[in-house]
Amino acid sequence: MKLITAIIRPDKLNDVLEGLFEIDVHGLTITRCLGHGGELESVETYRGMTVKMELTEKVKIEIGVSDPFVEKTVDAIVQSGRTGAVGDGKVFVTPVSDVVRIRTGERNQDAVTPTSYPVSAAF
Amino acid sequence: MEDATTALVATDTAWLMVACAMVLLMTPALAFFYGGLVRRKNALNTMMMSFASLGAVGVVWAVVGYSLAFAPGNNFIGGLDYAFLRGVGLEAEGTIPHLLFFAFQGTFAIITAALISGAIAERMRFEAYLAFITLWVVAVYAPVCHWVWGGGWLHQMGALDFAGGTVVHVNAGIAAVVAALVVGPRRDHGRQAMLPHHVPFVLLGTGLLWFGWFGFNAGSALAADATAALAFVNTLVAPAAALVAWMILDRVFTGRVTAVGAATGIVIGLVAVTPAAGFVSPMSAIVLGALATGPSYWAIMRRSRSRLDDSLEVAAAHGLGGLTGALLTGVFATAAWGGVDGAIAGDWRQLGVQTLAVIAALVYSGGATFVLLRAIGAVLPLRVEDGQERVGLDVPFHGEQAYVDGDGALLTIPRPIEGRRLELRGPQPVSTATVQVSDI
Repeated sequence: MKLITAIIRPDKLNDVLEGLFEIDVHGLTITRCLGHGGELESVETYRGMTVKMELTEKVKIEIGVSDPFVEKTVDAIVQSGRTGAVGDGKVFVTPVSDVVRIRTGERNQDAVTPTSYPVSAAF
Repeated sequence: MEDATTALVATDTAWLMVACAMVLLMTPALAFFYGGLVRRKNALNTMMMSFASLGAVGVVWAVVGYSLAFAPGNNFIGGLDYAFLRGVGLEAEGTIPHLLFFAFQGTFAIITAALISGAIAERMRFEAYLAFITLWVVAVYAPVCHWVWGGGWLHQMGALDFAGGTVVHVNAGIAAVVAALVVGPRRDHGRQAMLPHHVPFVLLGTGLLWFGWFGFNAGSALAADATAALAFVNTLVAPAAALVAWMILDRVFTGRVTAVGAATGIVIGLVAVTPAAGFVSPMSAIVLGALATGPSYWAIMRRSRSRLDDSLEVAAAHGLGGLTGALLTGVFATAAWGGVDGAIAGDWRQLGVQTLAVIAALVYSGGATFVLLRAIGAVLPLRVEDGQERVGLDVPFHGEQAYVDGDGALLTIPRPIEGRRLELRGPQPVSTATVQVSDI
């Protein structure tokens, strides 16, 4: 199992969701956040006060997936979240030691497999 | 505008000054109405499109617009006698100072131009938009205004347009359609849901519009008299009827009474009663307000599924609402209430004249707007770049965000040194001190 954490552009969120749903990845968590990456700061002026905005609005997506889904999920995010300009974001894949589904107490593989699927179908 | 009376009347002058201020308020009101309807990343740009009209159109109206609309000229356009406000002084025009009449008409030109911005919201370059509304007022609004109110050919044929159903709303509505087509749809149109980011703003704007509209319609009597009172009352009851009708339509077709729908219904009632306000009975105004919602409701339901990206429904609300109102004016007008007899009073001729006036405005405004936009487009790009559209127009065009908490905002204190331009982008130059600010 892996935890996939993606930082993407807020305006690409809908595209990324569509891309994920197409490959049947439905369990995910979204956080609106601020980040600093390689993009140029934008300069804004408020009544003569000039500021450089060092933080850019981003969206963080967290998805727990079983191993066979890792590459598909990463590919879907990269393809649907890309604009080609600096600031498209990153995808991090980290190992996960345990996952528990709160409702049933199921663990690990079972916990990241959608309930409508037989466990074997996830492989 | 030649009038028999030439003596100033204090009450009329007082009322028109108040009415003028009320109509001026409608443009900021429109900014809130439109601003609430767009996505948060475009809120400032959309509101600025209305606010900018206060400046751009306000100035061009004084320089040349007013003259082309109201100075003596031919049947199609006024002359240049009043250019730069020459000869527009404190003498009586009707019963109010000529200068006040100019200002009152100026507030109409300002909001008419601003109305068009709803059709090209979230994608038109701000500079191109400024050039467009400035020239549009000269090339399109002033002539149409002259035809109907300035002694032009429709005026002579007896077309009834109390406060601007044809001049303001049909005119802006068709220009909006053309502008949406020439500039093209937003890149997300039909692909993604683009939701209003602040519905309370929409309601606030609607309330302020309704308030200002009392000045718009009742002020158009150009006197503090009984006709003004009739227009005032009709401005109360017609939108009320339209609101009720819209809530019923919403309940029947979508199952719920929506707030954005209610705001839209009120605006359509206001638009529709505008040409009729001083010519029809209040009961007729109620019927007129309710009837006008039908075509607009249908158009809005159809439009959102079409290729035409008239983003904020200018055509359905103002174009179609104004058209329905202008035609129904020919139906409901009666001599007993100050108009001439329309179809219900037995005279169908007026309906014919009204139809002709609407068609003339549609053809001229549509055609001239197309030519104008193409001409501007040949000189400067009309459309923002894809990247700008994606991040929203507020930061690229205005250097501000509507909703900002200052996190990550570094204050730059420029200390220019000789031979070196202050570099704001990229790495921080040595000459620039940086302090962290937690709040703006």
